[in-house]
Amino acid sequence: MLMCKDATRLMSMKRDRPLTIRERVSLRFHLAMCSACRECDRQFELLHHVNRRFEPPAENRRTDAPRQ
Amino acid sequence: MNDSTKTAAGAEGYGRRLEAVRPRLVSFALLHLRDKAQAEDAVQDTLVTAMEKSDSFSGRAGYETWVFGILKHKLLDAMRAQQHSGRWQPLENEASDDVVDRLFRQNGRWEQHARPTSWGEPEASFENETFWRVFDACMIGLPDNLARIFSLRELMGLSTRDICHEVGIKENNCWVMLHRARLRLRACIESGWLTETSTC
Repeated sequence: MLMCKDATRLMSMKRDRPLTIRERVSLRFHLAMCSACRECDRQFELLHHVNRRFEPPAENRRTDAPRQ
Repeated sequence: MNDSTKTAAGAEGYGRRLEAVRPRLVSFALLHLRDKAQAEDAVQDTLVTAMEKSDSFSGRAGYETWVFGILKHKLLDAMRAQQHSGRWQPLENEASDDVVDRLFRQNGRWEQHARPTSWGEPEASFENETFWRVFDACMIGLPDNLARIFSLRELMGLSTRDICHEVGIKENNCWVMLHRARLRLRACIESGWLTETSTC
């Protein structure tokens, strides 16, 4: 079974490459049971968008497309 | 209005806009180069290039986005120079990371003190000056190599494939470094963030 440390590895990885089906399933299963890892996942997501800080306010809408 | 006064008026307008965007260019550059003098140089270079080339600005992208595009090229050049001068080393093999190891128990679960807790509304954090102060401090606290890979990925927006090409490491190393950088940053931000908000 996937433990927190490996779960955070997959949470990080999914922001850089698509996970395999197997990885996705085991991560989803772990997140369903672990509230600390769910928080970690939200925080990684936030860190994934820190570049928004440098977007000019008026141009936000145009550059808002989801980023892989 | 003849052509030369039109150009002068245009240059003045661009000059003002560049002056306005300058602080953001500097903090962006600083996060990548981690050296104040080098960051200032890269920005100065960018402003000069932007003034020289403002005629070629097509207006399709926003002006600031265009200027940031110039800065990104300058930063990549500067980072290559830093790497060549040996200022920072990419990950040597798979050496372990003590800071990350201390976050987890032997069995792979979170240590009690390291369990992530809620930061409230994520979007609201970005509106908060304190968040960015803590973020900047935590970036400075990261080891050079982790900060470098993290900023190339999350600020510059390069793919990990481009990063390994740029830095000359295997993509797998890149993923390992990003994992460490994210874990260290989130832990650092959480402790700084909670300390700051509880004191005000």
